[in-house]
Amino acid sequence: MEWLTAFLNDLQLSAPALWHGMSITLKVVISATIGGILIGTLLALMRLSSFKVLNLFAQAYVNLFRSIPLLLVLMWFYFAVPFIYTAVTGNYLTIDTALVSSIVAFMLFEAAYFSEIVRAGIQSIPKGQTAAAYALGMSYGQSMRLIILPQAFRKMTPLLLQQTIILFQDSTMVYAIGLLDFFRTNYVRGDLMSLLTQYILFAGLVYFTVSMIATYAVKKLQRKLTV
Amino acid sequence: MNYSWNWGVLFQSTGVGDTTYLNWIITGLGWLLVIAVVAWSIALVLGSILGIMRTLPSKTARGIGTAYVTLFRNVPLLIQLFIWFYVVPNFLPTPIKLWWMNDLGANTTALISASVGLGLFTAARVCEQVRTGIEALPVGQVNAGYAMGFSTRQLYRYVILPQSFRTILPPLSSELTNCVKNTSIASLVGVAEIISQMKTISEYTQNTIEIYTYVTIIFIVINFCLIQAMNMLEKRLRVPGLIAGDK
Repeated sequence: MEWLTAFLNDLQLSAPALWHGMSITLKVVISATIGGILIGTLLALMRLSSFKVLNLFAQAYVNLFRSIPLLLVLMWFYFAVPFIYTAVTGNYLTIDTALVSSIVAFMLFEAAYFSEIVRAGIQSIPKGQTAAAYALGMSYGQSMRLIILPQAFRKMTPLLLQQTIILFQDSTMVYAIGLLDFFRTNYVRGDLMSLLTQYILFAGLVYFTVSMIATYAVKKLQRKLTV
Repeated sequence: MNYSWNWGVLFQSTGVGDTTYLNWIITGLGWLLVIAVVAWSIALVLGSILGIMRTLPSKTARGIGTAYVTLFRNVPLLIQLFIWFYVVPNFLPTPIKLWWMNDLGANTTALISASVGLGLFTAARVCEQVRTGIEALPVGQVNAGYAMGFSTRQLYRYVILPQSFRTILPPLSSELTNCVKNTSIASLVGVAEIISQMKTISEYTQNTIEIYTYVTIIFIVINFCLIQAMNMLEKRLRVPGLIAGDK
């Protein structure tokens, strides 16, 4: 049991750092979800539009991001964000590069996945709805904003949340670019105090508990939202 | 910006023996394939067994399947790989532990942990696909099977599995591409696969954009080939009479 008490004692000391790590994780997850859904919706609308160019662009975007590993995307942006920033503004990036580039990377990466969900959601709305909106004299923008998207989002909220849970798990991958999120904080502390085993298992337990509760909540919500 | 472009970076000598950076990339690609093949084999076998267990009448079998999926789907893959690499060896019996730590090289242990870890992770996903495939079959199939006097074993062998495995090919092929993409995470436990080779080369040469681009293209090509191969397989194994069956 010494194994556990040593860890619990150290956990009290490291708790503030772990909380900070969790706040970084949540920052990445929440901003990537919001940004991802916005960009994803735009991509879905482009994919469904009758303009060939927009259509092809959205298709190429989704295919590109779905065929390369998230890790590679993260590394690309970790390299590219400061590079482009310097090229555009002429200054060096002084804010937290790892945080900004991981948020940008997750946003653009998840947008590809969100757009597929949104597209399926829009396509699941009966055609009559669009026809009725046009018959009432609505423009494309109005029919999308007032008629189609509200119905589609209601249908796909559970799927979007499910994808957010996956994003929460995938956010551990910022380990690769050195961002001190919840998992990396655990790893660093464990490595430092020779409590690596305990800290890794603890992190696993936390991610497991959060994801499981969230999945359960999403399932309940799904039952409630069923039209 | 003073970035010096050099698209020929792959053909430069590394300074180690007479190898070029292309050799390093090919080595990385080789390890990627090793991990992907081992992991996918584990995932397919274990995932099918667990998926079938989740549909059996026995409560225990279902319970084991459900517990496995819950556990392996709710812990991030990166943490799972770290557990297999850093944590599990500590709990092995002493003789095996000594052999593991002293006789096997660091690269070998990392390779084994990563392949097994990725395999067990993907198995949970395959399991869900197999279960969905089996549950999607019309109930009449099962009833008819029992009415003909089949045992549960025969029912699965002759009626359920031949049909469901053909209908779940599309989701399985997307799991396969995920599995290949996820091999990149093995670089974080120290396997010298393509992503870690890419990192080393970019540090050595500073030609980051070129080398990242090459690796991105390699991944796109791998993905494209896998999808094409699975499409061909799907066409050959289509169930005649289903909507997906006739073209």
